[in-house]
Amino acid sequence: MRRLALILAVIFYPLMALAVGVDEARLSDPALEARARELMKELRCLVCQNQSIDESDADLAKDLRHIVRERIVAGDSDAAVRRFLVDRYGDWVLLDPPMNARMMVLWLAPLGLVVVAATTLIVVLRRRRREAAAPLTAEEEKRLQAILNATDEEAKRP
Amino acid sequence: MRLKSLLPLLIFLGLAAVLWVGLGLKPREVPTVMIGRAVPEFDLPPLDGRTQGLASAALRVPGVKIVNVFASWCVPCRVEHPQLSALKNLPGIALYGINYKDNVADARAFLDGLGDPFAAIGYDRSGRVSIDWGVYGVPETYVVDGDGKIVYRHVGPISDDDLKTKFTPLIERLREGA
Amino acid sequence: MTAEIGHLALALALALAILGALLPQLGAARRDPALIAAAVPLTIGQFVLVLIAFLALTWAYVVSDFSLAVVASNSHTEKPMLYKLSGVWGNHEGSLLLWALILTFFAALVALLGRNLPARFRARVLAVESMIAVGFLLFLLLTSNPFERLSPPAVEGMGLNPLLQDPGLAFHPPFLYLGYVGFSVAFAFAIAALQEGRVDAAWARWVRPWTLVAWVFLTIGIALGSWWAYYELGWGGFWFWDPVENASFMPWLVGTALLHSAIVVEKRDSLKSWTVLLAIIAFSFSLLGTFLVRSGVLTSVHAFATDPARGVFILGFLALVVGGSLTLYAMRAETLTAGGLFEPISREGALVLNNVVLATAAATVLLGTLYPLLLDVFTGAKGTVGPPYFHAVFIPLMTPLFVALGLAPFLNWKRADLKTALSRLWIAAVTALIAVTVVAYLTWGGPVLALLGVAVGAWMIGAALTDLASRLRQGGRWMRLPRAQWGMSAAHIGVGVLVLGITGATAWNRESLEVMRVGDSLSVGPYTVRLENVAPVAGPNYTAVRGVMVVSEKGRAVMTLYPESRTYATPPMTTTEAAIRPTAVGDIYAVIGEETKGGWAVRLYLKPLQYWIWIGAGLMALGGVLSLSDRRYRIGAPARRKGAAHAA
Repeated sequence: MRRLALILAVIFYPLMALAVGVDEARLSDPALEARARELMKELRCLVCQNQSIDESDADLAKDLRHIVRERIVAGDSDAAVRRFLVDRYGDWVLLDPPMNARMMVLWLAPLGLVVVAATTLIVVLRRRRREAAAPLTAEEEKRLQAILNATDEEAKRP
Repeated sequence: MRLKSLLPLLIFLGLAAVLWVGLGLKPREVPTVMIGRAVPEFDLPPLDGRTQGLASAALRVPGVKIVNVFASWCVPCRVEHPQLSALKNLPGIALYGINYKDNVADARAFLDGLGDPFAAIGYDRSGRVSIDWGVYGVPETYVVDGDGKIVYRHVGPISDDDLKTKFTPLIERLREGA
Repeated sequence: MTAEIGHLALALALALAILGALLPQLGAARRDPALIAAAVPLTIGQFVLVLIAFLALTWAYVVSDFSLAVVASNSHTEKPMLYKLSGVWGNHEGSLLLWALILTFFAALVALLGRNLPARFRARVLAVESMIAVGFLLFLLLTSNPFERLSPPAVEGMGLNPLLQDPGLAFHPPFLYLGYVGFSVAFAFAIAALQEGRVDAAWARWVRPWTLVAWVFLTIGIALGSWWAYYELGWGGFWFWDPVENASFMPWLVGTALLHSAIVVEKRDSLKSWTVLLAIIAFSFSLLGTFLVRSGVLTSVHAFATDPARGVFILGFLALVVGGSLTLYAMRAETLTAGGLFEPISREGALVLNNVVLATAAATVLLGTLYPLLLDVFTGAKGTVGPPYFHAVFIPLMTPLFVALGLAPFLNWKRADLKTALSRLWIAAVTALIAVTVVAYLTWGGPVLALLGVAVGAWMIGAALTDLASRLRQGGRWMRLPRAQWGMSAAHIGVGVLVLGITGATAWNRESLEVMRVGDSLSVGPYTVRLENVAPVAGPNYTAVRGVMVVSEKGRAVMTLYPESRTYATPPMTTTEAAIRPTAVGDIYAVIGEETKGGWAVRLYLKPLQYWIWIGAGLMALGGVLSLSDRRYRIGAPARRKGAAHAA
């Protein structure tokens, strides 16, 4: 992701710094800190986009972590903290956006794929079994005999 | 040729079409939710050695205001500097700056060296006010209308082309509307 | 001068590739032996020329020739030699040249080792390889010329990104490309088969070893990339479902399906058109991956610097190659007759299940990867798809596959009895049950899903061992067991070990983050870690601070960790070098960050069973190598089966 920063530096300077991201003050109350950490895991690091702010060393992620802790100490509920950030950065800031019709397609697609694959498979297998069950024509019968004889010959060989 | 054998090709063609359209999009740009909203409440102090900071009140007065978030450590900010100077000279425009997480001495050297196009600069040392604006990188530039509403956001440096095709027409429209 | 030689060699290679794509096809169509025979020298010539170009670029890196744009922007005089060399492919242009090199290398191998192939068939295969080479060489020369000169030359290079200055990553791209490009051979065989209108057991025997080679390399390549992310990024994660990772995972999934369906073609003459389609898709995914990584249509953590012109070129090429081959498939697939019949409960049935699951998985990864783009194109909305989605899909999708993986070797071809098979697997079932019970007791209150992971992991290992044992009992001495059997067992055990590793590292991961002063202690899991000292150290092209941490268990010191935080000068950047040590439980992982408030930011993880992931991946790759060494499948000797010979 730092590589990305280098590339983007030419066109746009994302708010990244090189901190490891552990130097900030943790909340003294472990229960609150745990809640904050859980929240951080669902919030997007806007600079690195596919990571949460919990696992990003971008500068902006650090600031957002700070805000999350601050809001929690101020007594905000989880929903209020989320709202605070959605207010500024839109639904985009939520890594796992609320289930909506747009996302339904994505979640249902694998199920659909499995169903389609299974149906196709059943249809094909049934059809082929039916075809196979059809009696042999005279010609096929003759060929079959020839093959069987040949195998017998082979089997007799030492 | 049965449909069954044709299916992979059809799926691929659909995919290729999407990829083709996708090439023209900008996936990295974070959408902003600030358009149409009133500017956030803030009151930023001046950079040391200056008298005037920047507060939301200044953005609620009539006229077109432009707010540019910048920092001396940001290379693209240098790139867009000539365009900012040009923006400033457009009639009826007030150009303000928000200095993002900068070292004061560096910021002053930056402005002294390149020239200071801003009518006033707010010093956002912690970056918190910028977060209220929904800023996720520098430079970002916001256009505020006469009612104090944000009407446009530009991500990244303003190129000469952006100035001509995006900012100038927008500003003219806003001035005519006012 | 060397650069000009390299440039010229590339241009000549392009000329040979164009001839190589046209003449053999013409010869095959007209049955002209001279034109058919031209395929071999044309192919080998391409390889030699691209090799010259590659060596020329390598030389420019070795001597730090900063008059070349790529060298100036990616290398530095003070960089260690290993990274000067790996820097050759650490950027867009060079990595593309490596692609071309490996592509022509594989084609040359087919030309040299494929003596047993019918001449006309081989000519067609080589022509397809040449056609792909034309695309990549054109791409290199037109949009990404690595031999472009800077005027005036740079005085000093900008350096290689320090994150990439790492042995794991130095060899990650070559392995990955060997995998990606390896699938081009299966692809070329598929196209040639469609042209000739026949797919049979002999075809499957030719395709399988090449697919296996590509698959082994891709497996190793993906594992190396994952390992690098694990220890270099400093967050202890090993798989992020990032578009770039997915781009390598999709061909792997399809390649795995192809390996298994080729068995059905070989043994039972069934699933022919499906197998051909898989061979086309596996390579198509390789090309698609290249497009996704280099065009900038998706946001990824580690994408190349992107350029829309390149995107347009690859997309055009993709449309030509994939669109063309799928059109050919649509026209010719019908001519491939359906072969042997089978019941749903049979070896074939299990392999079909494998294919359905893996194909669905690949399609899901594709959909998840492209979904943000689809949303943007169709609705203009933004959205991303993260790990939760992939986990939610993969766990229910893979579970039946893993159960069947244990069962399949006990099923007969054509028609099998489930009860008989299961009765021979009672030991594996009991093993899985015991494993789950023990783990549930040890990790009481942990994630319930983890128990599922343990169950299927133990089941797969147990079943594969049972299979191996029963075959050894039947077959007498173990040396007489076919290598392919050893290969399958090793790979299947590998999958089990991998699943256990992933389960452990994700479900029971423990972490502690703290600002530590020298002398402070911090505990993670059963271990206590004491920061003894922090001292500066100097590296060849960086300076670092190194922490000394003593790890103790129940008051007894068990090991010392030396995590580093490195600061590079060119380009200016800080990287973390995690200290990772395996213990019986799992990896202990320590990271030291910056100095703050009189202490040091420290992160500690305990990742149970983490290293099982690498062992599992290694076993899978080993399984592939063992299979390859089986006499029946050896690349050089794919003899046609009696009676299958046909007048070419």
